[in-house]
Amino acid sequence: MAAIYSLYIINKSGGLIFCKDYGSAGKMDTNDSLRLASLWHSMHAISQQLSPVNGCAGIELLQADTFDLHCFQSLTGTKFFVVCEPGTLHMESLLKYIYELYTDYVLKNPFYEMEMPIRCELFDISLSQAVQKDRVALLGR
Amino acid sequence: MQFFGGSEISPSPPPPTASGNNAHMLYVFNRNGVCLLYREWNRPLKTLNPQQDHKLMFGLLFSLKSLTAKMDPTSTEKGNLGVPQLPGQGCSFHSFRTNTYKLSFMESPSGIKIILVTHPRTGDLRESLKYIYNLYVEYVVKNPLYSPGAPIKLGVSYLILPSISMSEALDNFSRIKWIQISHIAFGLVAPSMMTFYHQ
Repeated sequence: MAAIYSLYIINKSGGLIFCKDYGSAGKMDTNDSLRLASLWHSMHAISQQLSPVNGCAGIELLQADTFDLHCFQSLTGTKFFVVCEPGTLHMESLLKYIYELYTDYVLKNPFYEMEMPIRCELFDISLSQAVQKDRVALLGR
Repeated sequence: MQFFGGSEISPSPPPPTASGNNAHMLYVFNRNGVCLLYREWNRPLKTLNPQQDHKLMFGLLFSLKSLTAKMDPTSTEKGNLGVPQLPGQGCSFHSFRTNTYKLSFMESPSGIKIILVTHPRTGDLRESLKYIYNLYVEYVVKNPLYSPGAPIKLGVSYLILPSISMSEALDNFSRIKWIQISHIAFGLVAPSMMTFYHQ
């Protein structure tokens, strides 16, 4: 069983620009992924409104019965979130590492248009290396 | 710890789980989205009026529940996104954390939702939520003067009547202690509930 179930990247307006499944049961079609991504975008924004103190930056970790959802928002508003098994460690560092990969292989790609779906081969390759279980453990050091 | 159907409140509240001692808010909703109870202990930032705040909170929970039910990576039959589900049906969630607060959530089979907003570094509060649910059952549901679905009025009448009629069940404990517990949990006297949970 995979420790990481799936990875999503949402642009600053709530559109899904990248989605990768690493073995969750019951495939979701593209429409469902798009809807979930924009739903997450709104929930993230609402959670900031409900904060009892100033300076809330949205949900970082959602603990559901069967999975954990870790979310990282970059300064430009792009959101990265992984769905993983409950209690999986080092997800924050994995998300930061994925953000690095995104800046290196997506944003520096001259053929990539901002806020559009990501289709970059180098990003895919380095991402699949990063989410391997032993690599994730190394990130925690 | 009795959860459903028990006639006694557990003798002691759950043990403290973390060093944080800041409870911000407590919400109790019924299944129609009516806010039965709202208490706040420490809320410097208020962006909305109370009605809108309660609506937004209920909407957030409702949508997050449909999100988790749809996202559940372990089940193959998930149905469509946004289809209303019965309490206990589908994958739900028990807490989320932001950089400024942690929200713990519990839903009973009858659709009562209990929400506790605390300091982000608070530990697992599921036992505390069950405990608050038990207080709700004992002191509100079993009160003959309470009409279901109405907001809970925090008053003496809710406390004295049950504590007399339940005195047999509670004979192992002093009545003063029980009234203190219910006072603190429903915010009647003590300014901070977390002094009770996290002392």
